[in-house]
Amino acid sequence: MIAQTLVSGLTTGAIYALVALGFAIIYNASHVINFAQGEFVMIGGMAAAAFVEAGLPLPVAVLGAVSAAVIVGILLEKLAIEPARGASVVTLIIITIGASILLRGLAALVLDKKIHPLPAFSGEAPIAIGGATLLPQTLWVLGATVVTVAALWWFFNRTLTGKAILAVSHNRLAAQLVGISVRRVLLVSFGLSAALGALAGVLIAPISFTSWDVGVMLGLKGFAAAILGGLGSGPGAIAGGLALGLIEALGAGYLSSAYKDVFAFVLLLAALVLLPNGLAGRRAAERV
Amino acid sequence: MFVRILAAAAALAFAGSAFSQEPIRIGAFLAVTGPAAFLGDPEQKTLELYVEKLNAAGGVLGRKLQLTAYDSAGDAEKARGYVKRLIEQDRVDVLVGGSTTGETMAAVPLAESAGMPFISLAGAVVIVEPVKKWVFKTPHTDRMACEKIFVDMRARGATKAALISGSGGFDKSMRAECLKVAGKHGVEIVADETYGAGDNDMTAQLAKIKATPGVQAVLNAGFGQGPAIVTKNYRQLGLTPPLYQSHGVASKQFVKLAGDAAEGVRLPAAALLVADTLPAYDPQKKVVTAYKQDYEGRYKQEVSTFGGHAYDGLMLAVAAIKRAGSTDKAKVRDALEATQGYVGTGGVVNMSARDHMGLDLSAFRMLEVRKGDWTLVK
Repeated sequence: MIAQTLVSGLTTGAIYALVALGFAIIYNASHVINFAQGEFVMIGGMAAAAFVEAGLPLPVAVLGAVSAAVIVGILLEKLAIEPARGASVVTLIIITIGASILLRGLAALVLDKKIHPLPAFSGEAPIAIGGATLLPQTLWVLGATVVTVAALWWFFNRTLTGKAILAVSHNRLAAQLVGISVRRVLLVSFGLSAALGALAGVLIAPISFTSWDVGVMLGLKGFAAAILGGLGSGPGAIAGGLALGLIEALGAGYLSSAYKDVFAFVLLLAALVLLPNGLAGRRAAERV
Repeated sequence: MFVRILAAAAALAFAGSAFSQEPIRIGAFLAVTGPAAFLGDPEQKTLELYVEKLNAAGGVLGRKLQLTAYDSAGDAEKARGYVKRLIEQDRVDVLVGGSTTGETMAAVPLAESAGMPFISLAGAVVIVEPVKKWVFKTPHTDRMACEKIFVDMRARGATKAALISGSGGFDKSMRAECLKVAGKHGVEIVADETYGAGDNDMTAQLAKIKATPGVQAVLNAGFGQGPAIVTKNYRQLGLTPPLYQSHGVASKQFVKLAGDAAEGVRLPAAALLVADTLPAYDPQKKVVTAYKQDYEGRYKQEVSTFGGHAYDGLMLAVAAIKRAGSTDKAKVRDALEATQGYVGTGGVVNMSARDHMGLDLSAFRMLEVRKGDWTLVK
């Protein structure tokens, strides 16, 4: 049973980690907590399901869904965040909350309110490994998360655009002075976050289905993971996501399954009180 | 929400002056939008369709029917407001509605004090237990679903069952009812697991059930996508005891979501769902196929049991008004209570002073998923 519980926790944890990474990237670039992050997850899953139902082959549907989310992410930045760039961070955060409600409503209207399945990427025959049985899709989730994390590391450490984003997150004014376009950095980070969210949505849809309102809970859990790991920290987001997934699964398996969600949010509160900078967060020095 | 007054063709009829008498006013409050829209939407469509049909056939007692329907959006507070308006302003003759138990219970005190015959379309037992003088209901209860399942379990030789349920209102209510009646049917609940709304993996809970010794059958009381995930995880873990789902997921949607994993799953459901496969001698065959054809022909949408509840509500009211020979509220109430042998989409209704629902376990059919479709369990 322990093996099964760990596998279950890691799978969900990997999804939380991807969502948390999306939070981290936008937070770094703009200090905004993008509460529409969960909706990117929803768009990924729903668009993929809609494309498959329209008869497109699965790989095309997945690519199309991620692209659709990226477009929505960029539009969100262009139409909602950029016009308000002079506003305070709190205002921007409230804008993202509004955007998430809008996106959810649009999805319910444009697509529908039904629950949709997505075919698994490579069959549904369970694989037995050391006392646990897992679905091939679980391996896809874990594998894709590892690849994505590696790609992100490369992007932030080895490419100019990635370094520009990092520079803006460290010191916006200095970055502007050396000629980095903050506007472009913001666009790229919204697009990237949307892609990560959509990827999470596509990966999890064959396991847990998708509907117009899946973004709410996944977004909140991803946010909890991001806080737990330390807002703005990439490795922290991954650690936070995996830890959250494991704690939920272990709690549901060994204590009481009725309080599965409670564990996540108690943990979030505990992290905020005891460890305000998260597992891997930087100490924020307030200068007077 | 916007007030929607649906004077279904009544205005036109007046112009023709074929009917000089006052129309019979049917008041409805339904969750047409909001989280319970999947209940209220087919209910409203059904009421509109059949009020129109009845009027086209000459109305009731020579009077036209007039439907006044409000959208209570699944909100008990709104329901209370609209019911007040239906009783005091619109002066309706009978109330049909309350898609959810919350809306219904908010309306009960108003109907009781106004002396208004009220037929609810919501599921919970509390609506008719204890019996309220003016309140009736058409849908079967979750307790009946539990009993139907336990009877089937015993028939297959299972006495120890595990329960796994969601955390929504429907799930919780059904879990409580199942726990209450399990003993009566000689079934012992040896494991009782729950999962949250929006959970995407129930293997942890199912692994716990798998590790519980002596489980001979598993019952999933749930609604929405949860039961489909449970079914998939169930096969993933290679659990072998028979799996039962509730009437809450008795739709093609469930089979579509769970795919091959749904094979062999049993669940209790209303006859409407298997209208085409019912044998010709089945008492409900005629009424369910007719309703299915009418509804699907008009709305190009798959029929749901919820719309059927509204059909039964309207038809029970109409039959009672006919028998009472007037819309006198006390007479209509007495006639409703005296309903005997009404064959509806939900089952055969026999009301009495002690039973304001009038259904028994025969209202449910035990179905099994075979080759992606429902088959009747003999």
